[in-house]
Amino acid sequence: MAQPQLTANEAELELIKRVRGGERDAFYELVHPYERMIYATAISVLKNSADAEEVSQEAVLKAFVNLSTFRAESKFSTWLLQITYNEARMRLRKARPHLWESLDEQGQGEEGDVSPKDFADWRPIPSESLEQNETRQAVQKAIDALSPIYREVLILRDVQHLTIRETKTILGISEGSVKTRLHRARLLLRDLLAPGIDGFGIKGQSYRKVRPW
Amino acid sequence: MVSIIEMSCVEVWREISNYLDQELSPALRERMEAHFKICKHCSAVLDGTRNVVGLVGDGKLFQMPEGFNNRLYKKLQKLP
Repeated sequence: MAQPQLTANEAELELIKRVRGGERDAFYELVHPYERMIYATAISVLKNSADAEEVSQEAVLKAFVNLSTFRAESKFSTWLLQITYNEARMRLRKARPHLWESLDEQGQGEEGDVSPKDFADWRPIPSESLEQNETRQAVQKAIDALSPIYREVLILRDVQHLTIRETKTILGISEGSVKTRLHRARLLLRDLLAPGIDGFGIKGQSYRKVRPW
Repeated sequence: MVSIIEMSCVEVWREISNYLDQELSPALRERMEAHFKICKHCSAVLDGTRNVVGLVGDGKLFQMPEGFNNRLYKKLQKLP
């Protein structure tokens, strides 16, 4: 069997067969495990929870209608997320055409190095800290502050743990771009979430820790 | 003794993300590790980046709004 990681798994193919045979509930069974991924992919583009939910629903309906075009050359989840991503971009294009123009130009500016600005030591971050609203909001805010091209890659790779291959298929970009954008996203986010505020230039102030790490 | 060609901080930063993803050749990895041993700044960048990746990836962010599944299910039921 060639490249088994690329083919949809057998249980999914079985479900797809049932949907094609007219069993609609089998479709819900098919997409149910990917609901959070669909939602996170939509919100990576749209930033807004209500829009992301609407686009998620539209993407799932579209996937249902177009299921006959799924060829099992990629994973079902990749195909589904690709539809979601495209729907989300289309929504953005309709809602904010000016923003879209700048999105289209985003291929630029990927050259050159990103230099970290903060060199403070981080304490390891306990996972429980995210259960605190304040921390979660800080992380969320920092992710929202990233440019779309960085946010999208970060959410697919680091939030959803998709592979480089899946990410490049969904976003329709090269493997090199996935790596470069992810690299930039991580370094930018690290600076945004630095453990403290550097009081450089302010008289009598030194580095002050403002986060729990 | 294996001699390791030293890397500059800028070169190290460029590869931090690939280092975390284990996307580097063993030789480059070894050079990075040698640099981290002697450079406090780059170690801080590495630790911070690793922390950030752990923080965003632990599954607590981007939770679906309550009732998401039900609403989706209902939409599917309504299809002609």
